[in-house]
Amino acid sequence: MKQAMNAMRAVYARELSAYFLTPLAYVFIAIFLIALGAFTFQIGNFFDTNQADLAPFFLFHPWLYLVFLPAVAMRLWADETRGGTLELLLTLPAPTWSLVVGKFLAAWTVAGAGLLLTVPMWISVAWLGSPDNAAIAIAYAMSFLMAGGYLAIACAMSAAAGNQVVAFVLSVAVGFVFTAAGLPLVTSGATGLLGPGAADGLAAFSLLTHFEAAQHGVLEARALVFYLGFITLWLTLNAIWVGARKGG
Amino acid sequence: MELLKVDRLAKSFGARRAVRGVSFSVARGETLALLGPNGAGKSTTMRMISGFLEPDTGEAVINGASIQSDRTRAQLSLGYLAEGAPLYGDLSVKAFLEFLARTHGLSRKVTAEAIARVAQDAAIADVLHRPIETLSKGYRRRVALAGVIVHDPPVLILDEPTDGLDPNQKMAMRALILRMRQTKAVIISTHQLDEVEAMCSRAVVIDRGEMVADATPADLAARAPSGKLEDAFHALTFGRGVAVVEGVA
Repeated sequence: MKQAMNAMRAVYARELSAYFLTPLAYVFIAIFLIALGAFTFQIGNFFDTNQADLAPFFLFHPWLYLVFLPAVAMRLWADETRGGTLELLLTLPAPTWSLVVGKFLAAWTVAGAGLLLTVPMWISVAWLGSPDNAAIAIAYAMSFLMAGGYLAIACAMSAAAGNQVVAFVLSVAVGFVFTAAGLPLVTSGATGLLGPGAADGLAAFSLLTHFEAAQHGVLEARALVFYLGFITLWLTLNAIWVGARKGG
Repeated sequence: MELLKVDRLAKSFGARRAVRGVSFSVARGETLALLGPNGAGKSTTMRMISGFLEPDTGEAVINGASIQSDRTRAQLSLGYLAEGAPLYGDLSVKAFLEFLARTHGLSRKVTAEAIARVAQDAAIADVLHRPIETLSKGYRRRVALAGVIVHDPPVLILDEPTDGLDPNQKMAMRALILRMRQTKAVIISTHQLDEVEAMCSRAVVIDRGEMVADATPADLAARAPSGKLEDAFHALTFGRGVAVVEGVA
């Protein structure tokens, strides 16, 4: 176990340096912040709501994560395959899961850094009015967890595809399925076709559904369990697909 | 003392049997050459010993730990240079060596000492702070070898360590391997038969996945009427291939 942790820490540090020693993390964070600002103020009509909360801001998180986070994670395993370093990595004295978790945590840290840089928006709202800070903190925490879900999909797709572009496309497609399953359009359609039970079941697998309550400051235990379980599931698939790539 | 024991390793890819029951052992102070034509199964054998490939049958035991059942402990005793010497080009040489040292559980203090040691051994001290992607092929090979020995493993597996190097670089690489073999068990895969005679105490010849010889280079050479290792290798591999093809025809 100690050796697994050593390897996980080393892989985490190596990946984090790969993000921040190249323009990748900075470009991602800059474009993410610009896009989030544009969506919040232009489409979300942030100032027109006349409310001291961040509801229009959190509304767009799932959709931005759906597109941006695959771009962050698509290189994680595909680059190892392309550069021939997969053999180097997989012959290190460490279980595959420790390498998977190390890489995932590095990408999650980049996503977290992007999210952290939106805190001035919270400060602005707090300065202009009297928002429910606990509710905003819960929404931030759940948004971070949801970002982990999108990243876990992208990490797994990077391992499965072995090519960055294919990994990106697959990640967006799979992420879209697990987002759209919670849209009213989909759930009402599913209710008509399969009945309300099946529609509820479908929505229960959506990253969007479990974020809805959090946007209003409600911390649901089932949402926590869902996101953690979702991340674990996709990281497990990631480890399986990395194992399947052994021997090229 | 036997540091590596390979027992009846076998691997198939679909219908193709890449390695068929290869067995040998290597003791401390011994350098074993793994010889064979392209596609004979040398790299597959090395990949199974390193843990990158799961064998269909058989076992490899490194310093008392099975790579199948006690993988992490076995890999801690192993330094493996994969074919093509893969490296992280975006890292500096120092960062790359630190990464490998940390993954092997070396503390910060020990890592600094280990990097100083391998930088001197592999003659890379002058490029420690340079990004790997800016280095020449010779330097890259030496950096890769430094990475393999940074945790001072007792067993080394080097897949074509001098491939693509110029004569001077080859000579430097050979000198380094010769220095290291005093205290380690070393396996080298190579096509350079002069390298085998210069560096190796034993040679195992593999042809189409089967082990066809295990002897000292001198004993192998003596099998050919000319007394040359090249002719012995030819008779064991190409000659055997011609006979099989003729038999089928």
